[in-house]
Amino acid sequence: MNSILPKFLTDLLLIVYGLYRFSVRYFKEVFKPPYEFKETFRQFFEIGNKSLGLVSLTGFIIGFVLALQSIPMLTKFGAVSLIPTMISISIVREIGPVITGLICAGKIGSGIGAELGSMKVSEQIDAMEVSATNPFKFLVVTRITATTLMIPLLIIYADTIALIGGFAAMNIFSGQSLQLYFSTVFSALSFADVIPATIKTFFFGYAIGLVGSYQGYNASRGTESVGIAANVSVVYSSIFVILLDMVAVQLTMILY
Amino acid sequence: MNDIPKIETKPPDGKEIIIEISNLKKTLGDNEVLKDVNISIYRGESLIILGKSGSGKSVTLKCIVGLMTPDSGKVNVLNINVPELDIDELQELRMKIGFIFQSGALYDSMSVRENLEFPLVRHEKLTDDEVENRIKEALTNVGLVESIDKMPSELSGGMRKRIGLARTLILKPEIMLYDEPTTGLDPATSKEISNLIIEMQKKFKVTSVIVTHDMKCAKMTADRIVVLKDGVFAAEGTYDELQKSDDEFVRGFFE
Repeated sequence: MNSILPKFLTDLLLIVYGLYRFSVRYFKEVFKPPYEFKETFRQFFEIGNKSLGLVSLTGFIIGFVLALQSIPMLTKFGAVSLIPTMISISIVREIGPVITGLICAGKIGSGIGAELGSMKVSEQIDAMEVSATNPFKFLVVTRITATTLMIPLLIIYADTIALIGGFAAMNIFSGQSLQLYFSTVFSALSFADVIPATIKTFFFGYAIGLVGSYQGYNASRGTESVGIAANVSVVYSSIFVILLDMVAVQLTMILY
Repeated sequence: MNDIPKIETKPPDGKEIIIEISNLKKTLGDNEVLKDVNISIYRGESLIILGKSGSGKSVTLKCIVGLMTPDSGKVNVLNINVPELDIDELQELRMKIGFIFQSGALYDSMSVRENLEFPLVRHEKLTDDEVENRIKEALTNVGLVESIDKMPSELSGGMRKRIGLARTLILKPEIMLYDEPTTGLDPATSKEISNLIIEMQKKFKVTSVIVTHDMKCAKMTADRIVVLKDGVFAAEGTYDELQKSDDEFVRGFFE
């Protein structure tokens, strides 16, 4: 039967429907005992600790480059003193969450997609199922919970490192002191900046865990599907991070 | 499991039917893999399923354990129709069935100890010492107790299959399903695995259903052999009977 919709749109709708069903199953299983605490904590470590290096490096560079690019331009207008304010608001509200979210989509989303895809292909998920255990609870619930809780922490950490990066540039190229920089940074920030920006990161984390787990868990047979699961996980979780950010910004503008 | 429909079976010659498949049909994509599969499997026997690659042998096993849902037909395991079960009922039934995968399907990220512990601690309330004893007992049965702390990547193909067997037997199932247990192994290791299957069957008195191409394994382990051809069971008998079959297709497996 020929569909009246283009193939990519049909595929997209099928994925969105699949994610919806996966999401419903997650919320059914997450509160139902027995709980897989040990595996959840292992995932906290895998997702959080092992991403620290990458997130630190990118966070520092983002802050450093943002300050570096702004110094010459704002010097012309005699507005160098506004740079810490600009950096703090732009990093905490937007750049920190989105860039770190995209990095996590690449590193963590692809990792989950490839790991679960490989387990599916090598029949390890089937083996869990036939041993009368619940692979969804052990593999999926633990990973989605871990990304939902750890990615916000990684983003808060990345924001902090980016602000430090901004200070490094300001100190090296403009001679600004640590005390002046951070007092300007914190006086520019309000809860109206921090809270909505933090809330949206939980959704980023949830989307990254959900998409990676869905793609891996539903990988078809064959080694090729492992690569596809990893690749599609990155593409779709990145799109979801950007879409969720857009929705979050709109909601924040309405509420504040 | 009170609401599950039970079907009374009349065992011939005093044999108890443990698995009964009737009118089983299964299509994968456009390919009708199983057209009309009918068979009774008796408690304590070792049944071999022969057939060409892609003829639906593994699909039959997966329908027995509920990993695949048939398009139509009945799959009664321990007098319970598997396709009608919900997930909780299916989990309860699976406690009584062991499944050995072609690849061994050991959990890559876990050591041998954790692989064996995984199903055990989720189904039985045991102390740490009891868990340790059960793991060591299961590994002793397959002769690999010294590999307890190794990772699956450190094991050979034969060792992985033996650990897979130990992981399945640790729950003391009544039925063992083997999906090509000797594929990819050298003749000596294949013989070891076949001997292990016989040994475990005698020791635990399980019913075994073995899908294989390995005729040496079939000869060693089979009480009865069935041949799957074009989606139906085309022949049935002992190894010696089928070896002398008039059907060229059936004889082809023994040449």
